Amino acid sequence: MIQTLAFYLFASLVIASGAMTILSRNPVHSVLWLILAFFNAAGLMLLVGAEFIALLLVIVYVGAVAVLFLFVVMMLDIDFAALRAGFTRYLPFGLLVALVLLAEMILAVGVWNLGGIEADARMASIDPNIPNIESVGRALYGRYLLLFEGAGLILLVAMIGAIVLTHRERKGSKAQNVDRQNRRRPQDATRNMRPEVGQGVEL
Amino acid sequence: MISLGHYLVVAAILFVMGVLGIFLNRKNVIIILMAIELILLAVNINLVAFSAYLGDIVGQVFAMFVLTVAAGEAAIGLAILVIYFRARGTIAVDDVNRMKG
Repeated sequence: MIQTLAFYLFASLVIASGAMTILSRNPVHSVLWLILAFFNAAGLMLLVGAEFIALLLVIVYVGAVAVLFLFVVMMLDIDFAALRAGFTRYLPFGLLVALVLLAEMILAVGVWNLGGIEADARMASIDPNIPNIESVGRALYGRYLLLFEGAGLILLVAMIGAIVLTHRERKGSKAQNVDRQNRRRPQDATRNMRPEVGQGVEL
Repeated sequence: MISLGHYLVVAAILFVMGVLGIFLNRKNVIIILMAIELILLAVNINLVAFSAYLGDIVGQVFAMFVLTVAAGEAAIGLAILVIYFRARGTIAVDDVNRMKG
């Protein structure tokens, strides 16, 4: 009973906050609604006993991705009102596509519920006696070790890519160039002058 | 009792909402990126629900990989957005024709 109640609470909240994410006028509000959607999705995942992935969702999405979005939204000075100009123009077409997609998906869910498709083989059955995080860890560090390291590589490439893309040399910055500093010899830097009295030197 | 079908319906609605978000906010690339995150979240809910109801842990492992790709995609997408804004002073993307191949 309490599970059913919690499911409907989380499900309605995740759908409502998803709707508010795409509909709200202010992108900052959108990000905040997105965070709420992630929290409720994590709640949905907790209900089926996938604790590790649920908490990972909170940590990764809310802790990293949403904050990244928030930074970018607040950093860029954008006229958001102008960007909403085509909102009603695209509404009918978007609704049409969305309805077609939804109908197809409901059809697919209906076919699934009929029970025609039943997957017999299990790659790694869930053992109810061992905790969720342990079984995830066994799969991740056992059979899927190579894929796991590949995921790490993807993150590394993404990090380097983001740094390379956004890094720039500022014009007026006065950073120390150690290489150039070491290459400079005394004869390049100093010279002997014997100026006439009262003349001064030209530099 | 909550069945797998309930989860699939929730995920389907969320997925459709993400697609609708892409169509509605065609100019604002930030909202488009958020809509893509919503779509990936719907996929993750599907994967985890199937994993739990079919009793197979692999779905949760795969959901983690989707999470990884989503994080990388958000980072790269926002980086591209920042340099695009720096070059053009706007993020209206309905007329991006600067990258002629």
